[in-house]
Amino acid sequence: MKLKGSQILLKMLEEEKVDLIFGYPGGAVLDIYDQLYRSKIKHILVRHEQGAVHAADGYARATGKVGVCLVTSGPGATNTVTGIDTANMDSIPIVVFTGQVPTTLIGNDAFQESDITGITRPCTKHNFLVRSVEELAATIKEAFHIARSGRPGPVLVDLPKNVMAAETEFNPADIKIRNYDVVHKPVPKKLSQLFEMLAHAKKPLLMTGGGVILGKAAAELTQLARQYQIPVTGTLMGLGSFPGTDLLWLGMLGMHGTYHANMAVSHCDLLIAVGVRFDDRVTGTIETFAPNAQIVQIDIDPSSINRNVVVELPIIGETKATLKDLIKFLAEHNYVPNRQMRQEWLAEIEQWKEKVPLTYCQNGEIIKPQYVIETLHKVTNGDVIVTTEVGQNQMWTAQFFKFDKPNTFITSGGLGTMGYGLPAAIGVKCAFPDKNVVDIAGDGSIQMNIQELATAAQYNIAVKVVLLNNGFLGMVRQWQELFYEKRYSHTDMTYAPDFVKLAEAFGVVGMRVAKPGEVEEALRKAFSSDKPVLMDFRVSREECVYPMVRPGESLADMDLGTREMIN
Amino acid sequence: MEKKEHIISILVYNKPDVLARIAGTLGGKGYNIESLSVNTTTQYEISKIVMTSIGNQATISRIENQLQRLVDVISVDDLTNVESVHREMALVRLNLTPDKKDQIKKAVDDNQWKAIVSNDNFVILEITGDKAQLDLAMARLEPLGIADITRTGLVALELKN
Repeated sequence: MKLKGSQILLKMLEEEKVDLIFGYPGGAVLDIYDQLYRSKIKHILVRHEQGAVHAADGYARATGKVGVCLVTSGPGATNTVTGIDTANMDSIPIVVFTGQVPTTLIGNDAFQESDITGITRPCTKHNFLVRSVEELAATIKEAFHIARSGRPGPVLVDLPKNVMAAETEFNPADIKIRNYDVVHKPVPKKLSQLFEMLAHAKKPLLMTGGGVILGKAAAELTQLARQYQIPVTGTLMGLGSFPGTDLLWLGMLGMHGTYHANMAVSHCDLLIAVGVRFDDRVTGTIETFAPNAQIVQIDIDPSSINRNVVVELPIIGETKATLKDLIKFLAEHNYVPNRQMRQEWLAEIEQWKEKVPLTYCQNGEIIKPQYVIETLHKVTNGDVIVTTEVGQNQMWTAQFFKFDKPNTFITSGGLGTMGYGLPAAIGVKCAFPDKNVVDIAGDGSIQMNIQELATAAQYNIAVKVVLLNNGFLGMVRQWQELFYEKRYSHTDMTYAPDFVKLAEAFGVVGMRVAKPGEVEEALRKAFSSDKPVLMDFRVSREECVYPMVRPGESLADMDLGTREMIN
Repeated sequence: MEKKEHIISILVYNKPDVLARIAGTLGGKGYNIESLSVNTTTQYEISKIVMTSIGNQATISRIENQLQRLVDVISVDDLTNVESVHREMALVRLNLTPDKKDQIKKAVDDNQWKAIVSNDNFVILEITGDKAQLDLAMARLEPLGIADITRTGLVALELKN
């Protein structure tokens, strides 16, 4: 059967079970859009290409499937770069299709030509420029395979216009690609080493990261922790991989982690880190990280091991398979933790927790942002998928929202991309139309991709935006307060649109909430609406995120905040 | 840990941008490539890259891990600690100026250097050997006045498979 390139693209998307694309048309992709016009694949028209990538990324994080977006050449392609790097830093499987000028014009500085494979080479897992229609089908199949296999990541496929118009024989059964899957089987010797370490440990601690969620290993991690009463802390990307309401859960560790999580890391004698890469925001100064512990690191990617933190026992393997094998090994060898020792360790952690609980003070007539997040949890019973923007809103969410399930906390961890939350929430809501989906935003971040309110309105994608509006670029302001003697250089965002009117102008319900007593009712009202809603919560302007590990300090040495802030 | 030169042999799929990926990955992560040699193998679709980089064992392991992540990289081997032979080549032009002419001719004979072009005005020498041999030759050539020089990267082959 002879088909055009644009037809082959859509056939291959169907082969890959793609039912949804986020995109934005343009000259170089006209042929593809002409095919989409009569396709059953759903297309969401975003308002900026960055929004398309974040939406595909949010879709991928919530579903575990590959997210797909489609944009034109030149500026359409370059607008995807921030989104691609966001996905790359957090190992999110997406495939980005970009239009390209005809192969005959490549290199000529043609209209809307940009070397997007060159530009995205460092921030994709892999990318392709499809030079002929004959290689198109296999390239698309490879792109999806690479995106989802091993340590996942973004793949970009650049599609010249003439390749989309050219014809070739198409037979999906004939497509052969090489296998990129590198399967590492956990070695029994390593498991027995880990068994020995666990048997001798007085103060073991589990540390869970994004790799547990990506590897669909949350159930195994939870079983391991509960069965052997091992307390668990997690990175930002690991939130949800262990139930946030479980007594063994210590909360996030690191710069804005809980005091007891950081003290536990600093005092544990065995740290079993699963699917983490020991980012600088997590470790504090490397020299003082987990100083008393033997460290075991389980990860699918050898390049994550011994990169920042040198570990005693590296285990390279899929998190799920490795944890399964470990649980089996421990059971077969009758591992029984010393009950008394374990009780003492858990009691020590409990004392730290009582000494410095996560707290804030909601008194007076000004809304505290943490109160909004806690109330959100109460109103939804935690049954909601949360995206965030970046900064204080993100850290307060990580601290105060208890995530019980994987794939329910969707945030830009590695790159820290402001403007991520709204389009990501749109992507999530498209995947789960019956779930409550909330973007917890700041007034700075929301303005970076606020145009996507139009997308939400057009398709009635009923995301709820919880805008914690403090009139500042809050996290930068916090650092200016703490480290630059309150010189608030260009962080005052008081000049802002009227967000309620702006929401309404887009066709989204706008609400303003200025008093603590109105918070709960506003949230209930928003969730009872079947429309997208933006709630403009006027919150305390100079609230800081505490506790905090100051840059260059050790995790054991936290700044707990001033009395007025916490009491 | 001791810093030294490591010889890394990389098998890759012979794709148009594979070298850019490798150079970009190492450059972007702050690793330096000291020398580089690339060509196809007996199979046209597979190329071999031999590169050298200076670092301690931990740094070199990180380089290997980063390279292994690339989709078009088939294998990465550090040949530094396995038995292997190494060669580099230099092409050197010496101008036969009246004051150096006799000295140059004598040096070429004494060292048994291979002159691949020779006329009244200049001579072009092809010098191959391992790094030590090349360094020695360079030291001897220096006083003769090197008019121009091109050196290849190092190539290496394991004694056993």
